[in-house]
Amino acid sequence: MSPEPVSMAGLTAGEHATVLSFGGGRAVQNRLASLGFTPGVDVDMTQNYGFGPLIVTVRGTRVALGRGEAAKILVRRSGQ
Amino acid sequence: MSECHDIATPVAQITAGTPLIALAGQPNMGKSTLFNMLTGLNQHVGNWTGKTVERREGTFRHNGREFCLVDLPGTYSLTANSPEEVVAREFIVRDRPQVVVAVVSAANLERSLYLVAELISLSAPVVVALNMMDVAAQEGIVVQPEVLAAALGIPVVPMTASKAIGVKELLRVVEDVLAGKVSSAPKLPEVRADHREVLQEIETQVAAHVPAPYPPDWVALKLFEGDSEVTRMMESELPRENLAAVNAILREHDDAFLAVASGRYEWIGRMVRAAVTQPKMGQIGLTERLDRWAAHPIWGLFILAGMLGLVFWVTFTLAAPAQDWMDESLIAPFSEWAGGLLQGAPAWVQGMVVDGAIGGVGSVLTFLPILVVFFAAFALLEDVGYMARAAYVMDNLMHLMGLHGKSFLPLFLGFGCNVPAIMGTRVIDSWPARLLTILIAPLVPCTARMVVVAFIAPVFFGANAIWVSWGLVLLTLATLVVSGILLNQVLFKGQRSAFIMEMPLYHIPNARTIGLLVWQRSMSFVKKAGTAILGMSLVVWILSYLPHGELNTSFLAQFGQAIEPVGRWMGFDWRLTVALITSFPAKENAIATLGVLFGNSPEAGLAEALAAAFSTASALSFLVVTMFFIPCMATVAVVKQETNSWRWAGLSVALFLALSMAAGALTYHLAVLFGMG
Repeated sequence: MSPEPVSMAGLTAGEHATVLSFGGGRAVQNRLASLGFTPGVDVDMTQNYGFGPLIVTVRGTRVALGRGEAAKILVRRSGQ
Repeated sequence: MSECHDIATPVAQITAGTPLIALAGQPNMGKSTLFNMLTGLNQHVGNWTGKTVERREGTFRHNGREFCLVDLPGTYSLTANSPEEVVAREFIVRDRPQVVVAVVSAANLERSLYLVAELISLSAPVVVALNMMDVAAQEGIVVQPEVLAAALGIPVVPMTASKAIGVKELLRVVEDVLAGKVSSAPKLPEVRADHREVLQEIETQVAAHVPAPYPPDWVALKLFEGDSEVTRMMESELPRENLAAVNAILREHDDAFLAVASGRYEWIGRMVRAAVTQPKMGQIGLTERLDRWAAHPIWGLFILAGMLGLVFWVTFTLAAPAQDWMDESLIAPFSEWAGGLLQGAPAWVQGMVVDGAIGGVGSVLTFLPILVVFFAAFALLEDVGYMARAAYVMDNLMHLMGLHGKSFLPLFLGFGCNVPAIMGTRVIDSWPARLLTILIAPLVPCTARMVVVAFIAPVFFGANAIWVSWGLVLLTLATLVVSGILLNQVLFKGQRSAFIMEMPLYHIPNARTIGLLVWQRSMSFVKKAGTAILGMSLVVWILSYLPHGELNTSFLAQFGQAIEPVGRWMGFDWRLTVALITSFPAKENAIATLGVLFGNSPEAGLAEALAAAFSTASALSFLVVTMFFIPCMATVAVVKQETNSWRWAGLSVALFLALSMAAGALTYHLAVLFGMG
């Protein structure tokens, strides 16, 4: 088990996690919230090659995020 | 009539008796498909007053009654993060549409109900168009519309807009709402339980001071969310002590927007649990399989290159012959016919009409086939859902310029023609990134400039012309990157807009949507050609004709001679300067002008005459200046249209004038230094 919080950019493809909190400016946070990122929501990392943008699935929507944006989202891994 | 009444005066609406319907929805929900289906060619596309957001409205008839439909910009929420969101909610609050149709996707109910949660907090009655029932069925999702309607407390109409299923039913429900036959009692979402009391406190503080027509509870909620526009409004409306009280609460709860968003998703969760009887199964869909290739950091680039290659191949096999055909079979006979008609008229009238007006506008219009191909390719890639993938794989490279991936395709279109490039920037959702893309787009060398290079380079460089041409292209692209970085620092202080983008499901393109988009953008360009470009062509022609009726002694030539000292910096004589000025209506005009000035046609002898008249250094400098010179007038006109301001168009002209002169002077002196003088 890995209960410690990690950055979402650190998840590998196929991993599931729960969002804890996120940083960034108010406008970015608002956009993330309107696309479905809220504390407690489950996300699946869909594509992450370790560089460049990544794709994460949240509430049934695939969302592309820049690495910088993803790095500011704190998550907790929730196993397979 | 395709235009609705003046939306700013809602009273006229009601007296005229045409119901005003607003169409709202998140991006990729099939909203445009529904709008196009209902209004067809009865559409009017413009900008929202004072904004650079595209405004589409149209009319349609149903049961003998006319309806006015306004397509609100596609937004994920109604918080003032972008001009689109402000436009959408201001319209609902101020212009009071009688019905708001909210388009949601049955295949993705959870996400798409978020906007509905915001819409029902406003005053207008909402009807939910539960679209994409076919996609939901394919994915094994079962949604029960009547249960959803009961849970929401507002009408819900299942439909598949792409196949015209359910549209009649939707209109029937809209009519019922208009006739007052539907009593809707929406069940509103609440903020998360731990924040309800403080929200109540804010509402108590502001309730008496909210200006009409804003609903006080909505204003309180938006303050709580930290909405910039509403905060600004209430800062000027609230008495000092109330403002202090509200600010104290907001400071203490700076994560309140999350409580609001969470509250909406809790509400959505209840709706979805009630109405969706069978959720999506865990199978890997088509989108995921395609994205393993299309969104792969390496294969994705190959696929992108392949797509772009295809677009260019189509352009050159279809558009280039069409362009020649237009030139030979339409413009030339039309000029002849007009010339014949004006036989009795003075020579200057003939010249002005045939060479000035028809010649100028004609040479711009012959670009229409290329534009149509580009508009169609762009619309197709967008409609299929590929655009998001192209943006995704190009994001890394575009980062360097403070842009993100969405700027790539518009810029790429610039290789064909800068006009569709600048119109294509509409896909970029952040205004600073879009403006930056518009400003640097003319640095993509277009085909018209390459025509000039292709004629001049072989004259002076012989077999090395191909390398010189490549060098010029690389030079402009390198300048594009550097300008992007610099302008981003100067204009936007290096800030980069966040890359947050939905990757929509791939779907079969809708011919009607693509056709209408191509039609509207082409017509908009033709209108430009008919007005601004016509005017400028005439001015340039008149200056090149007066006072003695020939170019060599014209005002334009005199002007070229007067500023010859400036041209000297770049190694130009007055003839090269004049050629450059006449390239403003259309870049390839430069060669025709040189032909007139040297008394030789480009087919016979112009090459030799040029080679005798100019040094290699001057020629190289002329080519560099041509690459960087003021964008052609069609481009300038579109920059003005898309930025909604002459200021940015003016800045663009000034920047390119300065850039081209500096680059030309530098090139000339370096070339002389290296013995090309």
